[in-house]
This record gives sequence, structure tokens and C-alpha cells, in this order.
Amino acid sequence: MARVGSTARSEALICLRGVAKGYRRGSEDLHVLTDVNLDVERGEFVALMGPSGSGKSTLLNLIGGLDVPTAGTIRVAGDAITALSRARLTAWRARHVGFVFQMYNLIPVLSAFRNVELPLLLLPLSKADRRERVATALRVVGLADRLDHKPRELSGGQQQRVAIARAIVADPTFLLCDEPTGDLDRHSADEILEMLHHLVAEFGKTVLMVTHDPRAAARAQVTFHLDKGELS
Amino acid sequence: MALPLVYSIESLRARWRSSLVAVAGIAGSVAVFVAMLALARGFELALVSSGSPDNALVRRAGATSEMDSVLDVEELRVLQDAPEVARDARGPLVSGEIVVLVALPLRQAGTEANVMVRGVTARALDVHGGVRVAEGRMLTPGTAEVVVGRYARNSYAGLDLGASVRLGGTPFTIVGFLDAGGSAFDSEIWADEAVVGPAYQRPRGYYQSAAARLVARDALGALRERVASDPRMRHQVDRETEYYAKASQAMRGMILSLGALVAAVMGVGAVCGALNTLYSAVAERARELATIRALGFGGGAVVIAIVAESLLLAAAGGVLGALLAWPLDGLTTSTLNFQTFSHVAFAFRVTPDLLALGFGFALAMGAVGGLPPALRAVRVPVAVALRDL
Repeated sequence: MARVGSTARSEALICLRGVAKGYRRGSEDLHVLTDVNLDVERGEFVALMGPSGSGKSTLLNLIGGLDVPTAGTIRVAGDAITALSRARLTAWRARHVGFVFQMYNLIPVLSAFRNVELPLLLLPLSKADRRERVATALRVVGLADRLDHKPRELSGGQQQRVAIARAIVADPTFLLCDEPTGDLDRHSADEILEMLHHLVAEFGKTVLMVTHDPRAAARAQVTFHLDKGELS
Repeated sequence: MALPLVYSIESLRARWRSSLVAVAGIAGSVAVFVAMLALARGFELALVSSGSPDNALVRRAGATSEMDSVLDVEELRVLQDAPEVARDARGPLVSGEIVVLVALPLRQAGTEANVMVRGVTARALDVHGGVRVAEGRMLTPGTAEVVVGRYARNSYAGLDLGASVRLGGTPFTIVGFLDAGGSAFDSEIWADEAVVGPAYQRPRGYYQSAAARLVARDALGALRERVASDPRMRHQVDRETEYYAKASQAMRGMILSLGALVAAVMGVGAVCGALNTLYSAVAERARELATIRALGFGGGAVVIAIVAESLLLAAAGGVLGALLAWPLDGLTTSTLNFQTFSHVAFAFRVTPDLLALGFGFALAMGAVGGLPPALRAVRVPVAVALRDL
């Protein structure tokens, strides 16, 4: 089960030890995260809550290899990603992380099919394999009939479902969801949460979700709180 | 791994208005660039095609053109007797010639311009193989008759068949028109040297140059040596094509320099247009570019995608510019040939290699306009770019 605060050696899928992140703004040092220790096991649905500016997204970026900590180590599936170069970290993200953003972040000029196909272009797959995987991912999110639609032709909930299809299509090690329901109405938000729950329950996916919404957090198996850079 | 080309194409389509402006800027630059090259090429071809590789042109040593050269009848005879010079049933294929400049009114502007009047011998058409009488007939030796090149006919007022033109105070009758295949001879008036020379107080028995048909193309060296070693001769022997190529160099260089300047100024404008389009595109798409990098595409893939957009704009501009320049092919214009101070008409020559150069120029503008915005797009760390959205 996921836990925080442990400094003991761990075999968890995601393991953070002594992670800190700070920025320098002018002459002032900002400590966004201090001494974060976190273990997340494979197949868990973990929610991170906290007020704005508490460091939730920063923590997600560090785990997702989008940023590097100023101190501490992050291991994912045995790989110490904090030791990777920028280029190797980019390649690592392609293989291990599926991102879901609050504003969906779909490429507006590409169809749903091509949006979902993007992560597969980084893998050694034939066109036919890519086509099959994209079709499967879109079927999982219930949008098999929206292949050729551009994002602007889809509702917010549908766009987020396309984003989830894009996140799962390359079968990553885990999904990082940054406020995935933050821009959706209640009905669509429930659909998205149900889908994430389904991915964990049926497909054994590991999901880390940042949210402000207690109802969203309630769908997770474990909820941690971040406040002033400290995780509890 | 690169992003699919469809991403670049669709991104351009999504911003078609600003894309069109950039394409138009590049097209304009390419059109001007190709037009200038076509102008220089046309001028060069007009002069070079005046000469034949089978002919030698003999001028006084040190003369920069036919205008400041001299050759007397004895010296002409040395040439006529040279074994390297071809001959037919009528004798050696050598044409001693004089040139004079005559101011005539231009048909369109009404102002006067210098036309070159070439005094020729009866062998002129035999030696200058590319020249033929297209209309009327060849002048009769010993008479005050002239034949007029087709560009001269179109450029100057009053040069009609049967009309009279005053040369050195003597009226000459126009009896025919020449077609010299677009060469400089098309801008000339030909008269009998024995008639037109005295009209300009030229001493009898003196020519300015001689064109001689060689027995073989490689006989030039032998003729050159013969002339150099003959104590009676103080003349230089050039292959006719080389003489005309040299004669075109100064003017061609000037056209190219001016053309390069205009094209460069327009090119800078077009590059700024492309830069502006792509900088704003990159700014507008900060979210999607950061997302693409978050998904695992490297900075190189993003740079390639944006430069590809720029190159697509440039390619479209290159094709459009080439299409704009294409109709100029064959269009005649005229200029002063500073070598002879005569007016030379010539046609724009838009050739495939010039179009390819124009297209290359467009792509170069695209690369220069695309790279800085592309580099800016990947300079910001992904986490920062995503956070700033």
C-alpha cells in the first residue's frame, strides 16, 4: 500500500526519498518541496490534494521526469530517473509515463486518431500495429466512432477521454493526472473518474492524480496531502 | 523520432492568413531574384550567341572592343591567306567589318539611343552563320542599302521596309530584316562597309575587326600563333564566343549586383515575414509544443517540425515566385552595352536552372526564418512551459 514518510529501502513501483525542489526568485529562495518520501505500489490509484501553491504539480512533474529535484532520488520501476540525462529522461517519459492534463492538451490541428497515435510514433511499431493500438485505446475510452474528429469538434469530456486514450495507448508504467476533472462539469468529471478507476481495477494501471476536488480524491484508494511542500 | 509532416501542414493550414502573407513575401523575393538572373542570363546569351565557336575574331592588340580596334586591308589579307581559315568556292570565309554608332529615336520613348551600324563585306552572312535574312533581301554591295536586325526594327522609329534612314548624312534604303536568333546582331543595322565607311569619313582600306571561319574548331591556337609570329600583324585572336562572353561580363555583373541587392533587401523582408509568422505561431502553440515534449518527443523533433513548417511556406513561396517569373521568359528589353555604348535589345531567359536557384533561395529564406523560432520553442524547460500556461 502507498505510504509517505518512510526512509527505508523500498521495492515500490515509485519510490521518492528525500526529494526537495526549490527555485530562486530574485534574491529569495523558494522551497516548494522539502524532504518528500513516498512509495506507490503497482496498480494503485493515489490522489494528491493540497491548496494552490502547495507543490502538487511540482511533485507530479518530478515523478513524471518533466523536472529534476534539487535534492533526493526518485526511482521508478527500479530506474533512478534523477540520474538520467535530459535526453534519456525524454526517452524514459515516452516509455513509462502517460500524462493527463487539466486542459486536455490535445494538439488542436490533429484528429483524435493522430493525437492518440503520437506516443506510438516513439516506439518501434508498424503502421498497422499503431492503427490497431489507437483503435483499442479509443474503444476503451468509448470514442471508437470519433477517430477523425478534431479536438474542437468534441466536448470537454470527450477531449479528456481522448487525452486518456493518448496516455494509455503506449501502455506506460503509470499515469500522471494533473487535475483531470478540473475543467469539466460534474457529469463529465464523474465519467473521467470512473474511467480512471476502471483502468486501475480492470487493467491494473497505476494512477497518480492531483486534484482539488474531494469527490475526485474519494475515488482513489489512497489520498495524500501536500501543504507548504510537505507530504502527509 | 520526428513528428509527422501532417502536423506541420495542418499547423500552417490552421493559420492560413499569416501563412499566406509569408508565402507572398517569399514569392515576391523569388520572383525578383529569378527575374534579375533571367535578365543577366538573357543579356549574356544575347552577346554570347552573337559569336560562333567556329569563328575567330581578330582585333588590334590591346583593343577592348571592336570600337577601338583597327585592321588594314594588308592585315586582312594575311588572315585570308592563313591555312587555318576556312574557304569555299567564293574564297576565304573572312569578313572585315567596321562599326559606327548612330543616334536614332526610340520607337516608344521618342528619345535617341545609339544603334550600332555594322559595315560588312559580301561574306558577312557566310561567316556569321546564325544570321539570316528574315524578310526582304540582303543589301546589294556597293549600294546605299541596309538590312535591319529584328530588335532594332522594333526598338527604333521609322525602320520600315523601303524606308530611308540617314547614316552620316547619306540616305540608305532599308531592303530587308535580319533574324540573328536573339543575338546582339538583332540590335544592329548592317550596311556595305565600302559605302557606310566614307559616309563617316573612315579611310578606305581600313577595318576595325575581322571575323574568320576556322577550318576546324581546334585551329584557333594555330591561327593565334601565326598572327603572333607574323611581323606584319599586331593583333589578338579570340574565339568569337569568348570575345562576346567577355564583352557581356561587365554588364552582366552590374545586372547581377543590382539584382542581388534588390533580392537581398526583399529577402530580408521575406525572412522577417517568415520569422514573424513562426514566432507568433510558436507563442500561440506554447502549450501544444510543451505537451509534445512531455509525451517524449525530443527538442530536435520540435525544431524539425517548426523548420519543416517554415520550409513548406518557403517551398510554396518558391513555386509561386517561379510561376510569377516564368512569363518573363522571352520578353524583350534593352539596355546600353557599356562595352560599345550601343543599345542592345535582348530577351529575359527564365531557364530551369534559374528557377531551381530561385527555389533554393526560397528554401534558404525558409531555413533562416524558421530556425530561430524553433530554437526558442525548445529553449524553455518543459515543466516551465507547462506551468506558464
